[in-house]
Amino acid sequence: MRTFDYARAETTGQAVSSADNSAFLAGGTNLLDLVKIDIMRPDTVVDINRLPLKTIERMPDGRLKIGALVSNTTLAHDPIVRSDYAVLSEALLSGASTQLRNKATTAGNLMQRVRCPYFRDGVSACNKRDPGSGCSAIGGFNRSVHAVLGTSDKCIASHPSDMCVAMAAIGAGIVVSGPEGERTIDFLDFHLLPGDSPEQEHALKPNELITHVILDAPIRGNRSHYLKLRDRASYQFALASSGVIVATSGGVVQDARIALGGVGTKPWRASRAEQSLRGKAPTQANFEEAARIAFEDAKAYKHNAFKIPLGQQAIVRSLTTVIA
Amino acid sequence: MADDRKTEASAEDENATVRTSRRNFLKFSASGAAAAAVASWIPGQIASAREAEPVTDDALPGQGERRIKLIVNGQEHTLNVPVNAVLLDVLRDRLNLTGTKKGCDLGQCGACTLLVNDVAINSCLSLAVQHEGEKITTLEGLARDGELHPVQQAFLEEDAYQCGYCTPGQIMSAVALLNDPNLPKDDASVREAMSGNICRCAAYKNILAAVQSARSRMGGLA
Repeated sequence: MRTFDYARAETTGQAVSSADNSAFLAGGTNLLDLVKIDIMRPDTVVDINRLPLKTIERMPDGRLKIGALVSNTTLAHDPIVRSDYAVLSEALLSGASTQLRNKATTAGNLMQRVRCPYFRDGVSACNKRDPGSGCSAIGGFNRSVHAVLGTSDKCIASHPSDMCVAMAAIGAGIVVSGPEGERTIDFLDFHLLPGDSPEQEHALKPNELITHVILDAPIRGNRSHYLKLRDRASYQFALASSGVIVATSGGVVQDARIALGGVGTKPWRASRAEQSLRGKAPTQANFEEAARIAFEDAKAYKHNAFKIPLGQQAIVRSLTTVIA
Repeated sequence: MADDRKTEASAEDENATVRTSRRNFLKFSASGAAAAAVASWIPGQIASAREAEPVTDDALPGQGERRIKLIVNGQEHTLNVPVNAVLLDVLRDRLNLTGTKKGCDLGQCGACTLLVNDVAINSCLSLAVQHEGEKITTLEGLARDGELHPVQQAFLEEDAYQCGYCTPGQIMSAVALLNDPNLPKDDASVREAMSGNICRCAAYKNILAAVQSARSRMGGLA
């Protein structure tokens, strides 16, 4: 592994005043592998594991404040998350392996990089790794970790996170600390579409550090579910996944949230599909219509056209499961 | 492996020596001298004694190094390590604890699984400097007073390996899951919880049997 300087931050202030070209080290499950294969090349690694960001607390207004360093395992098994945000618990437990979830953190999961093999191989043209060099996935092999929603002619890599799909459905704010103070970024504005600059993946400014994720208060009377479809039963990235939250009353849908994974270049909230369900009966036909709307703007590439019907079926199936 | 066992049983006299050394190998890997035990010319007690001694670097840390205290299997070591040194490599190369295996080195195979503060992690994705003062348990730290850990014993009895390279990681994951109150006990849940440990020989059926057998052995604990 390449050499770097190592600094241990004892306070958030120290962390955000790091040298240029620093990388924050939390779990390290995605940073250290990318340093090993020379895709990420930080001059300084700033270890933030001693910062007091490991608690989960219910706020007086009903929202849930999650420290940046809470592990994926701890978050998945938290009693409040299990009862009020089942979709998040299920999404977390469907991701990676036990060992990786034990290490991986909430903030690190938000920051994980794409699994596109052309990004990771270090030699192929990749606008994300080497801006302006082109995209080897468009016209290359683009079956499993490439998107059909939110792509551009510069990048089609799908966002790999399961946790983020659940958070996109729930709604959240991402609290960040930086040299200029603290601010909150809406979850849906945090990850950026590739557009013309796929190397810009998120809304953080240089040296800003994620300190917390604050989940919206749970929707009253909701039921939620995360369905992940993949090439094997465990320890695999999603081909398509669907995180749904539904509240019904008097035989009609009062509120519905639908977010998708494996098919979008960012954690994908299907707002128009949700809108189509509100005030309607929770029937198979209405679910299928919502699924159709969710993929209206989809664009398939050579090997991943199957993700459109697969993603639609994931929506219908997950909605059917929560209504049952 | 079933065939092997038959062969061993039917040709017990001729193969007694070979069989013994294989058993010894497994015991030694469990008790802390995996690599040394392969060569029968290093007596077990010497290898074990060497491993139990604390390693202390007296010199000041060099440029790009940091002095850290690592607590491994209850033994404290004081080491100067490069800041980019990976925990797995420090255990193997500096402390001669070669029970923890290097497979993919990218967090994908689970061969390097060990426990930090009783939680299973991939040691290939950790810097050694991150773990200063934490309680690290490797395969070598499982046996007590010459008795194998119930999970080790179960792997032995259920023949839960072929080549054995993934076995230390499998055993560490199994120990962690059997002590985790959040995990259901059914076979499907065990398979899911162990899915981060790849076995290229595909001994999964016997690994599952070993985990469930160890669960019974550990009684109330699991």
